[in-house]
Amino acid sequence: MNIYVLVKRTFDTEEKIVVSGGQIQEDGAEFIINPYDEYAIEEAITVRDAHGGEVTVVTIGSDEAEKQLRTALAMGADKAVLINTEDDIEEMDQFTSAYILAEYLKDKEADLILAGNVAIDGGSGQVGPRVADLLGINYVTTITSLNIEGDTVTIVRDIEGDAEELETSLPLLVTAQQGLNEPRYPSLPGIMKAKKKPLEELELDDLDIEEDDVEAKTETIEIYLPPKKAAGRILEGDISNQVSELVGLLRNEAKVI
Amino acid sequence: MAKKVLVLGETREGALRNVSFEAIAAAKKISGGGEVVGVLIGDSVADFGNELIAYGADRVVTVEHPHLKSYTSDGYGQAFMAVVEQENPEGLVFGHTAVGKDLAPKIASKLQAGLISDVTDIEGEGDDAVFIRPIFSGKAFEKVKLKEGVDFITVRSNNIAPLERQERSGEVTSLSVDITNLRTIIKNVVRKSSEGVDLSEAKVIVAGGRGVKSSEGFEPLQELANLLGGAVGASRGACDADYCDYSLQIGQTGKVVTPDLYIAAGISGAIQHMAGMSNSKVIVAINKDPEANIFKVADYGIVGDLFEVIPMLTEEFKKVM
Repeated sequence: MNIYVLVKRTFDTEEKIVVSGGQIQEDGAEFIINPYDEYAIEEAITVRDAHGGEVTVVTIGSDEAEKQLRTALAMGADKAVLINTEDDIEEMDQFTSAYILAEYLKDKEADLILAGNVAIDGGSGQVGPRVADLLGINYVTTITSLNIEGDTVTIVRDIEGDAEELETSLPLLVTAQQGLNEPRYPSLPGIMKAKKKPLEELELDDLDIEEDDVEAKTETIEIYLPPKKAAGRILEGDISNQVSELVGLLRNEAKVI
Repeated sequence: MAKKVLVLGETREGALRNVSFEAIAAAKKISGGGEVVGVLIGDSVADFGNELIAYGADRVVTVEHPHLKSYTSDGYGQAFMAVVEQENPEGLVFGHTAVGKDLAPKIASKLQAGLISDVTDIEGEGDDAVFIRPIFSGKAFEKVKLKEGVDFITVRSNNIAPLERQERSGEVTSLSVDITNLRTIIKNVVRKSSEGVDLSEAKVIVAGGRGVKSSEGFEPLQELANLLGGAVGASRGACDADYCDYSLQIGQTGKVVTPDLYIAAGISGAIQHMAGMSNSKVIVAINKDPEANIFKVADYGIVGDLFEVIPMLTEEFKKVM
């Protein structure tokens, strides 16, 4: 089975966000594989181990994303592809990313493409479904279970907390939701092997993409931090008084009840 | 320029969802005095048309077909694109719901359009509309605008106030669409979410963390949530410890919520959890540890045992409600 995983390098979830000059400051921040993409990588490896084939992880970014690709290879992916846009594109949006990924994937005859259902930085969740649409294949988002038997794919997906059971077929793009699996940590031998696995680097020219084709449709005007909240009130006195005071405050001061 | 804006209306358990009314209010702003057209897709949805009009839609187009009983991206995609072809809209607004999140990127791709997801506020109107959305799960915000093409957004529940309901009249027309080649067959939906109130739309959330100690420990939280017409949520710690289902998880992974009132019980306040709830309008923290991080974002805090405080809170609310 020919399996591709779309991954994104994101800020570590522990990182505080610092904005200066209208930009998110990246200096000194730790970066990780987007946590939802880790579920996608784990699932891809599991599917390959059950059905045979090859797992290729693909990302768009700069040289710095090589670290996350090596981590995916250490987990067990077979090949990695970095589409390096650093010299070509200043502003990207979901349209841009999806276009580039679809151009890369269009002649790969992928049976299964996996991605995270959302990236924890931009948080739009658009790229997976957009790529599937551009490739003309079906997609299922926020999946929590995947079972492939012959041509039939049985999936459970999370729909706002409820579980929807459905049936579809390959080729298919799915996006991973928490609960799909427990992503493995790279083992030491895995890390050693990953250094020798193929990591291909491509630029837009290699994909015959003109910069004008991928010009972003949206424009970020400003990035800012939420206003700092004034310090809250810790209530005092015995618990029963605190509780009745709280109910009074919620009704009369905050007026939310 | 006045614009024509389509709004996808969504139903759940036999009623329109609040987020659809909020989407109409957003569409009004984008339209800059133009026309707001509600779109209803399903096997039997025409009866909801007048309610969309009461909340501000000027008219409604329905697409009904037996194959549209359950949402599939193929079925709804064909139905919605047929409406787009008939109406030639200059703006589109969906709720940022399971359906909206799944469908909007497909429609945007077909229209080769930009899409601004998960919008929580709109500044300006018509051509000057600028959209505000959380990034890094609410640790920061960005202002975004569309450079070209249709104004296409999805709106997050509970953030844009709906217009006041009024008795208005408008046309409800149906569009006949042949729905074919569905590649996904829905077999079954298992209800796992708590009774009635949807976590992402809830006005009140009572959330528990590791301090809840067991799945039974969530019972007093559920009781308080029921009384307040709210929903129960959880931190990742509580989900990892198997006290509750991951569908309740609030945080950087999990749901991002903005209720009017968020009661955090036995939640220490890891940065990942705070990302999911810190933009709630009012936050109450109940924790035994006075040094817990959660108190830093709380409007009101009680230092104490949640198993003592929560039942007392329930009793106290019963007295006054």
